[in-house]
Amino acid sequence: MKDYGFFAIILTGIFTNNYILSKFLGICPFLGVSKKTKTAVGMSLAVIFVMVMATAATYPLNTFLDKHDLSYLQTIVFILVIATLVQFVEITLRKFIPSLYSALGIYLPLITTNCAILGVTILNIDEQLSYGQSLVNAVACGLGYLVAMVMFSGVRERLESAEIPKFLKGLPSTLVAASLVSLSFLGFTGLVEGIFG
Amino acid sequence: MADKKKPLYKEFTKGLIKENPVLRLVLGTCPTLAVTTSVESAIGMGLSASFVLICSNIVISALRKLIPDKVRIPCYIVVIASFTTIVQMLVKAFLPDIDKQLGVYLPLIVVNCIIFGRAEAYAGKNRVIASAVDGVGMGVGFTIALFLMGAVREFFGSGAFYGHKIFPESMPAMTVFILAPGGFFVFGLLMACANKLAEKKGVPKAELKGCEACPMAQSCKIALIDKEKCEENTVKEATAE
Repeated sequence: MKDYGFFAIILTGIFTNNYILSKFLGICPFLGVSKKTKTAVGMSLAVIFVMVMATAATYPLNTFLDKHDLSYLQTIVFILVIATLVQFVEITLRKFIPSLYSALGIYLPLITTNCAILGVTILNIDEQLSYGQSLVNAVACGLGYLVAMVMFSGVRERLESAEIPKFLKGLPSTLVAASLVSLSFLGFTGLVEGIFG
Repeated sequence: MADKKKPLYKEFTKGLIKENPVLRLVLGTCPTLAVTTSVESAIGMGLSASFVLICSNIVISALRKLIPDKVRIPCYIVVIASFTTIVQMLVKAFLPDIDKQLGVYLPLIVVNCIIFGRAEAYAGKNRVIASAVDGVGMGVGFTIALFLMGAVREFFGSGAFYGHKIFPESMPAMTVFILAPGGFFVFGLLMACANKLAEKKGVPKAELKGCEACPMAQSCKIALIDKEKCEENTVKEATAE
């Protein structure tokens, strides 16, 4: 993934390594807030926004921690920075960009404990991406999140009116539907290697 | 909340079946789906998360009168993150294989909704011993659910149980079960079974409660407005301007 450049990172993030459908990160909002397309889009946009901000903030911090041999503090520092950042972003948006706040603000507190955010910051470092690549990766993973959320909200709207066997009603049918959506994304395996390899 | 007449063993057993964190409360879905490709990693995850849960429950409960209400969420995060770091170090040092299998999901214990949810709903309001027992019960319940998922997925996906081959080599395994779609599918079926059992007992089905189940519910505006209609309100608020 490192050698292919930005376009490959974007394709990987959206299709082959989709955070929801193949890495199981951020499942709670995926199941909880995907009933309507509108909420799904709002939530995903907030996720993209915070993912990029969090990556931008944690990457330099990690370099600092590594330099001083403090890398065992990674988890605790990252989660605190993300929590603070989300609060800070919320306050700033409310004060200066109220229109954006009214669109994204209500989703922000939900995002602090979203594993996709902490996941993207840790994975960027585990995969030894550069700063630029990390930021692109954050955008790509966020876009992948958006694609999965929007697709699945469409599926769920259809599911509401569908006739479902009694024992699968409710959450089980949602999970089985998610399984089928995820199966379709399995078809993208090898896409990036195929184009760039 | 603090019901002193309730015997301690009930605090323990409620986490196993009646309030099983995964199958009844639908919390901690990410690790449930992600690390259950084999029984070994499922149990590794279950035990690591249980350790963090029990320790953080004890510490948070012991500090519950010292932590000011307004900053309790950052305090909980620090406590949970510290124990997660301890588990990370222990697993890396003594069980490197498990560490490789769990990968990024090990540090992600820190954002596991079960741990945060128990801190918020139970440990922050109850005595130390009761909180510890509650942690043990919930931890065991979580591990059992992960074990069930792992057993089913490993059995069909690699034809094995705990690394021991059951099917002969000539019989190809259904690899899709250990891939992502299999995770959702097995979880869905397991949930259907749990619902069926719940129905027999006359208790309501497990449902995603949306905002109510979310540990951030207390600080979240959507939940504050109206817990039941939070989704509709979300849409209204989002389109208000």
